Parts: sequence; C-alpha cells; structure tokens
Amino acid sequence: MTSRATDATPALEVRGLYAAYRQAPVLEDITLSLPQGQWTAIVGPNGGGKSSLLNVVIGALAPLRGELRILGQRPLAQRQAGCLAYMAQQENMEWDFPISVRDTVMTGRFGLMRRDPLWQRLLPPRWANPAHRHAVEEALDAVDMSDMAARPIGELSGGQKKRVMLARALAQQAPILVLDEPLAGIDPPSEALVMATLERQRRAGRTIVMVTHDLPGARRHADRVLLINRRVVGFGAPQEMLSDRMLAQLAVGSIDAASGGLHAAA
Amino acid sequence: MPLLEALVDSLAGALMMVMSLLPDTLSAPFEYRFMQRALLTSVLVGATCGLLSCIVVLKRWSLLGDAISHAVLPGVAIAYLLGWPFFVGAFVTGALTSLGIGAIERHTRIKSDAAMGLMFTAAFALGIVVISKITTSTHLMHILFGNVLGVQTSALILTLLASLVAALTIWLAYRPLLLYTFDPQQAQALGFNVSAIHYGLIMLLTLTIVASLETVGIILVVAMLVTPGATAHLLTDRFATMLAISVGVGVVSAVAGLALSVKLDVASGGTIVLVASGLFLLALLAAPRHGLIVRRWRRWRFNRPAS
Repeated sequence: MTSRATDATPALEVRGLYAAYRQAPVLEDITLSLPQGQWTAIVGPNGGGKSSLLNVVIGALAPLRGELRILGQRPLAQRQAGCLAYMAQQENMEWDFPISVRDTVMTGRFGLMRRDPLWQRLLPPRWANPAHRHAVEEALDAVDMSDMAARPIGELSGGQKKRVMLARALAQQAPILVLDEPLAGIDPPSEALVMATLERQRRAGRTIVMVTHDLPGARRHADRVLLINRRVVGFGAPQEMLSDRMLAQLAVGSIDAASGGLHAAA
Repeated sequence: MPLLEALVDSLAGALMMVMSLLPDTLSAPFEYRFMQRALLTSVLVGATCGLLSCIVVLKRWSLLGDAISHAVLPGVAIAYLLGWPFFVGAFVTGALTSLGIGAIERHTRIKSDAAMGLMFTAAFALGIVVISKITTSTHLMHILFGNVLGVQTSALILTLLASLVAALTIWLAYRPLLLYTFDPQQAQALGFNVSAIHYGLIMLLTLTIVASLETVGIILVVAMLVTPGATAHLLTDRFATMLAISVGVGVVSAVAGLALSVKLDVASGGTIVLVASGLFLLALLAAPRHGLIVRRWRRWRFNRPAS
C-alpha cells in the first residue's frame, strides 16, 4: 500500500497548516515531519490544538491552509488504503449501541474490506475473508480481551472499552497508529497493558503518534516529543522537550499564541 | 399502467398465499382486492420503516423524522393545486426542509432541536395556509391521517420502489452505514465519505416517509420510524438482529393493525400504530435482558437478605 514510499519518507508531514473551528483559530503555521517507525508523543495544554491536529490528520477537520502528506501521499487516498489506524478519545460515543466486542474490533477492518471481492462484501462482516477474522482475534488477544469478545460493548468498564478501541486500531494492521489520549480515565493495570501493547507495535516497526498528558510515560516510551500550543513550541528528544525550561515555554506559548491568534483571525 | 397493475396483483396474490397460512379470523377480511392491496402496502411500509427505524433510534433522529413528515404537507398541497402526483411535491419539500435544518445547524449557533422545530412548523404552517385555499380537501385529509383502504396504484408502486431502495441500500452499504451509525469519527478516519452517507440516509428517510403517507398519514408516520426500532433495541444487543426484529415488528403491526381496524371498523393508520405501541409495551415489560420485570427481579434478588 506504500509502494512509492521509502523508509526515508516521513510518516506524517505537515507544512504551513492553519485550522479553525468556526471563527476561533486552533492551529497556526504548523510545520513538522514525523519519521516512520518512531513513537511521537504530542504534549500541550487543553485547547492547545492537539486533538485538532489529529482531526486534520483523520480528515474530520478541513484545514484553512497548508498541506498534509501521509507517507508522502494525499491523505484521503492513504486513509482509504488503510494506512492510518485511529483511536479517538471516545467522549461522545453511544455505548448503548447494539454491538459485541468482537464486532466492534471488526469495524476496524471495514476500510480494508473495500478491497475484498464483491461477493464477499455482500456477506455479513463476520463471514468475511478469514484474514479479517484472524486479525480481529489477534488484536483481541493482544489487549487481553478475548474472553469478553461476545459481550455487548456497553457492559464493559471504561478501561476495558479503551482496550477494545485499541484492539480495533491494531486490527487494521496499519503502518501508522494515531491515538488521542489512550490513557485518559483508565485504571493502572489497563494503562500498563496499553503501553506494553504500543511498545510491541513500535518494535514491529509501526509509527505511533499519541496525544498524552502522561509526561512520565512520554519520557519512558516516546522517541520524540512534540510540544504544541496552537503553534509548534518544540520538537525533539523527550529529555530536552520535557525539561522544566521547555514546559515553562509551552505554558507561556499560550499567551504568545493568543495575541498571534487575534492577528491571524483579523 | 396495465403492466404495473398486473405486477401489483401478482405481488398481492403471493402475499395472500402466505396469509392463507394464518388463522381464518385474521385472513378473512382480505378476500377483497382493495383489502389485498391495502395489505401489500402496509406490509411494505412496515418492513421499510422497520429497517430505517433502527438507524433513526440509534442516531437520535426521532425529531428529524417528525420534522420531515410534517414538512411534506405543503408539497402535497402544492402538488394537488398543480395536478401533480402528491409524492413529487412531498419529496421535494421534505428534502428541502431536511437540508435547511442541516444548514441552520451547521452555519449558525442555533442547536439542532430548535432548527428542526422552527423549520418543520414553518413548512407545516405553509401547508395549512395552502390547504385553506383548496375547497375540497378530502384527499388532503387522507394524507394527514392515511387512507390505506383506498390506496392508488401509483402510491403502491412508490411504496414498492422505496422498499426496494431501502433494502438494497442497507444490504450493499451495510458496513459504511453500521460504522457511520456507531462511530462517525472512525468512518471518517477510514476514508469513508461521511457527508455522502449522512445526506444519503436523510434522502432515504424522506423517501420512506413519503412512501408511508397513504398508509399511516403524516401525523403518525413517525411512530413507524421510532417504535419498531425502539422495541428491537430492548430485545437484542446485535445490530443485524435489531434490524430483523424491527422489520418483524413493523410487518406484524401492519398486518394485525389492518385486520383489527377492518374488524372493529376504526381508522387503519391509528390501529397499526397502536399495535406497534402495544408490542413496544410488551417488550418494555418482558424483554429478557433489558425489560422492566427482569430488572426488578434482579434488584429484588440482589437486595434479598441472605437466609
């Protein structure tokens, strides 16, 4: 699926990106390049544009200006080719939805199923190509949720739901994993399991892009840290980016960005 | 047209073969041709509304369904004045209203429920004003409250088409529709065209509503778009099963409601909806996992002092 991309092609490349919700600017002049096979933690204050940046990457927020490349190519084509697995923050999910854990994970394969022969696409998803079913079982196993595969998703605890949603992203077997605060609101055992699972993914050569508030976790696991507060405040090694000096600058950045924001909106 | 009449008659005949398996008290009223056509229309409406109903319930679109069905009235009235088939006008004003609701919601600070409330009442008011200029309004009363016993062939064909379109859409686009209904953000991330799915569903909903007008009427069609899906939601935790149960509830309500209405000589649209409501009440009380009786019993067992 990435025939024209070499190992040197950035997983994500953003140039001169501006984005806004209604009138309010949330991202200004973002330029960055995330290499393949690395774990990048995105850190910044609330309202600093972390989730908005991910929303641009998944196509839910159209940029006002600027360019995005996923593995060197146009984002929509790459999303459709299944290059991007996304795990949302899931704040406004309808957990009452009538769907089992296993079928939830299967929805992660729905993009890839577009390439199945027509007759397979006319069958129910669970009778689909065995490759899909295999990927689903493997992903459920990876997050230790195989025992609960038949349960309705709404009956799980918060931490278990997060693990299922991670399994759905894993089931896609995409080269890039994009995660929006995968650790928010989960218990310590689930947190350890999520981090260990992601560590295995990184070792398998996958690119991980993760929004997080967990600074110790970012120090321990991330290869790079992106500090963002409407603008890029810093991008580099965790020790450097998560130093007191840089974190102070990240907080100050909000004041600069606010004045810059007015300027850009005018 | 004779070809279409023949198609309708053969479908009604096939349906009667199924009906003859039912007890005589239920199937007896359907020996007349107009009753067979009414039955065919009702069954199609019950099944189509049942399918759409699941999405309406899960996406919280009940008020949207109500809005579109009311917005159909001015279209019917204007089509009547111009001598067009009623469903052309109905579809146009229904679709325009749903697009207008979306536009207000997206581009202003008005929230969706207020956008729906103001758009559909405005459209309905326009319909009432236009109707007040029409001297003979018996036909329009049929649109308001349904007139399935006198269903026209053109309306029956429309209902048939709407059922086919709804069934094919849900079959062929099952995965995008399921994902969009469950988690639109994920659908977006996987490269599905979310706004095409959204507007496609709203057009399908409008088509279904227009096709159901002759059976249950403008006022009650929303019941067929909410009650079967809500009933099914109480009975299962699987989407595909929910679709099947919902279609079942729609069809059973249509057949039993029509038969009852003839037996008791009361309005058929209202009777069909009452049967559906009765089935919902039954599920609410007696559903195996989510029913009130089981919940009560579980709580009682939990609180019972250990002996």
